[in-house]
Amino acid sequence: MSLPIAPKPRLRRFHQARWDEPIIFELSTPGERGVLVPRPEPKVRDAVGDVVAALPEGVRRPTPPRLPEIAQMRVLRHYLRLSQQNLGADLNIDVGQGTCTMKYSPKVNEAVINTPKLADLHPLQAEASAQGVLEVFWQLERMLAEISGMDRVSLHSAAGSAAIWTNVAMIRAYHAARGEGDQRTEVITTIFSHPSNAACAEMAGYDVITIHPDADGYPDIDALKAAVSDRTAALLITNPEDTGIFNPRIREFVDIVHGVGGLAAYDQANANGILGITQARAAGFDLCHFNLHKTFSTPHACGGPAAGASGVSAELAPFLPGPLVEYDGDHFFLDHNRPQSIGKVAPFYGVTPNIVRAYAWIRALGAEGLRAVAETAVLNNNYLLKRVLDIPGASAPYASGRRRIEQVRYSWQELHEQTGVTSEEIGLRVADFGAHYWTSHHPHVVPQPFTLEPTESYSKDELDEYADILAEVAREARETPDVVRTAPHNQTVHHTHHDDLDDPERWAITWRAYRRKHFGEHP
Amino acid sequence: MTPAPRTLPASPLAAPGTRRLGLVVNPVAGIGGPAGLKGSDGADVQAQAVARGATPRATARAVAALRTVVRIFPGVEVFTAGGVLGADAAAQAGLPGRVVATGPVHGTAADTVRAARELSAAGVDLLLFAGGDGTARDIHDAVGEGIAVLGIPAGVKMYSACFAVSPVVAGTLAADWLAGRVDSASSADVLDIDEEAIRTGQAEPRLYGTVRIPRVQGRTQARKTAAPASAAAAVRRAAAGASILLRPGTRYLLGPGGTMRALAELIGVPKTPLGFDVVEDGHVLHADADESALLAAAAGGPCQAVVTVIGGQGFILGRGNQQLSARVLRALGKDALMVVATDDKLTELGGRPLLVDSGDPALDHALSGYTRVVTGPGTSTLYPVRAPEHHSIDTDGT
Ligand SMILES: Cc1ncc(COP(=O)(O)O)c(C=O)c1O
Repeated sequence: MSLPIAPKPRLRRFHQARWDEPIIFELSTPGERGVLVPRPEPKVRDAVGDVVAALPEGVRRPTPPRLPEIAQMRVLRHYLRLSQQNLGADLNIDVGQGTCTMKYSPKVNEAVINTPKLADLHPLQAEASAQGVLEVFWQLERMLAEISGMDRVSLHSAAGSAAIWTNVAMIRAYHAARGEGDQRTEVITTIFSHPSNAACAEMAGYDVITIHPDADGYPDIDALKAAVSDRTAALLITNPEDTGIFNPRIREFVDIVHGVGGLAAYDQANANGILGITQARAAGFDLCHFNLHKTFSTPHACGGPAAGASGVSAELAPFLPGPLVEYDGDHFFLDHNRPQSIGKVAPFYGVTPNIVRAYAWIRALGAEGLRAVAETAVLNNNYLLKRVLDIPGASAPYASGRRRIEQVRYSWQELHEQTGVTSEEIGLRVADFGAHYWTSHHPHVVPQPFTLEPTESYSKDELDEYADILAEVAREARETPDVVRTAPHNQTVHHTHHDDLDDPERWAITWRAYRRKHFGEHP
Repeated sequence: MTPAPRTLPASPLAAPGTRRLGLVVNPVAGIGGPAGLKGSDGADVQAQAVARGATPRATARAVAALRTVVRIFPGVEVFTAGGVLGADAAAQAGLPGRVVATGPVHGTAADTVRAARELSAAGVDLLLFAGGDGTARDIHDAVGEGIAVLGIPAGVKMYSACFAVSPVVAGTLAADWLAGRVDSASSADVLDIDEEAIRTGQAEPRLYGTVRIPRVQGRTQARKTAAPASAAAAVRRAAAGASILLRPGTRYLLGPGGTMRALAELIGVPKTPLGFDVVEDGHVLHADADESALLAAAAGGPCQAVVTVIGGQGFILGRGNQQLSARVLRALGKDALMVVATDDKLTELGGRPLLVDSGDPALDHALSGYTRVVTGPGTSTLYPVRAPEHHSIDTDGT
């Protein structure tokens, strides 16, 4: 006997909420308050005196901050409504944001970081009273050293790009210390290494040489041989690259660069498919970095703070940003006395809540669990690869016919040629089914691109649902292309004005920037 | 707000505004392709193709493009030339074509040129043309860098950068143009290849000129990065990379192509579109230099040729810049060439090497290997270079 419930359709009849919700500043009513703080009693006031006058001049505001004035319940409704207008990581099947490793960030870890023991710590309090958190730093450094095979690790960087920057700064310091700073002016990278690598090298003043794939879709080793010289400071390389292709000759790449006296830095932000399977040091790398917010589950947090970690060989350890956490067998302490250190790359010791989350995640899984993460992520990715390649019009350029590690940069070029529909339009239509999809980032060399990275977090059913959505939208592109071209139809907003988002003169991600750029206010 | 996914909202594909779409078809374009004739130029070839049973397909492809336009804008008016030059295609696509270019049809390139001129004079601001590289050349002769144009691929060869990737994409772009979704144009190279040479196995693509095509500024382009938002910006970036490498007291032989034009703009000198200009310290010493002028420049002290990738084939030497001969290159000696191009241009080669064909095999061999291509200030790409010995051109331009 079946239940009297109508079966659900294969694809969801999703509809996003649309509240036409004003910005919180527009909801402000002068004098409206969430909490009315009682005035101090005269006795207290007399005893304390003018607290504001006691503050140093420089920290006293001449005018009160322009905060919205609004009652608690209205604030709550406001943010709940906004949250309903969002396709967040906890709401949708977030495999469409390839290169970002959108995995589950366990809720129990939020409870851990919200305990007063952690939340009430102050970065300037005495070491003796912060032994617990120092031990977490110390332990996590050692775990990441073991995962990468490196000798020392620093957790200071607040993001992946920041960790790449840290590595480039160490490379520069290393060559300078050897008297080769002026001579080694070039950094080599590959076109499908994450663009942060080239960007950080450029920021540091290096000339950047890029290598394209060879005819088989792998980084061209002969181009590397032609690129290296006594000017080479380093190779910065991602592996697997953002195409999901693993460079099987990575050890040779490293050896070629070492052969001319350069260093090799491994962008391990794509480590989710190789945890416990291979190590940066095994391929001879001198430096590497991880994104804790990708591989080790900590939230991406809408652009930060995230967390990066840099690992180095013993030879480069003196250059790590400081201070480093040390253990004398009895106490954990901070070692500030590191004359060759590149110095600080962030305030204090790193993004502590994320360090604790990553620590908790690794401890919960153990070594075998980490390997199971990698194996599951690779299996999920290759299952989805098969499902996507079964959709007419979809392809996976480069290294055709090979399996990928943890993500794939796909292309809708064939579908585009046949229907005129672009990848971007497909992404907007996918949102109508309640799933997120992005066309991903630089370099824009794969035509009509999309990048999917299923991680270990999603079930087979969920991957099937995502693939079914793509297949449906591809079918629509052929049969009713205008439905796709005019999407989204079931979303909070229809289309946004692109120029406003692309033009630094006009874009505004804060209220203050909006008032400044559009109304000339200078608060 | 739209209740169901299948109902179309009025916006953003609103009714076309004041824009005018034009169409010209080269009725014999592509006729030689299926017959294995590598092109359709010349009355003999066309007759031979018909004898081999070929039928013209340009009209069919123009119809495919127009059907896409009608689907989005039923009843839109298209300005055309008469009969086989466009009105037939419009009628087959169910569009009320307004014939503005009348006049006798001779079955020659002059038809295309005349029709394109008349359509331009009639106020058309986007001209679709169905044909191949030869047709693109005629369109260039007719409108130059005036109104925007877009090729519906229908020829045998389409190496020029002014073609949509398919008829449907051409139609979609045209509809977007009418709707104001695409509203700016950027320049694109028109190439042509001597078909006689391809038939005998020696391809000679050359840069013919530039036209303006609708510029699609996709969301895929500029997200999350400070990377150039458009192809034009990428070209400027590559040119800027070259400009900071220029040394005082050195003569530079600036070759043809849009990238070199951008470099000349940065230096503040005029540029001969299809020729070489000798430039030193911000001054043109010799405009449109021929081989002997280049030899003279090379003999006069430090000197380097600056070239870009010509066309979709990857030639950096020997196509469209033959003035830079083997003799000149030998006179320039070591570091004879600075190659400047966007990473996009390199990626479009799909892993195929850059090509050098100086006419001197020993020199081509010496130039082969890997070359540094300047892609921006402080950035370059190391890319393979070969002589085109076994290189064959894909002539199936469908
Ligand atoms: C391979 C790789 N490297 C570096 C980064 C940069 O990390 P972040 O976004 O934290 O700066 C990313 C980001 O996704 C990445 O995928």
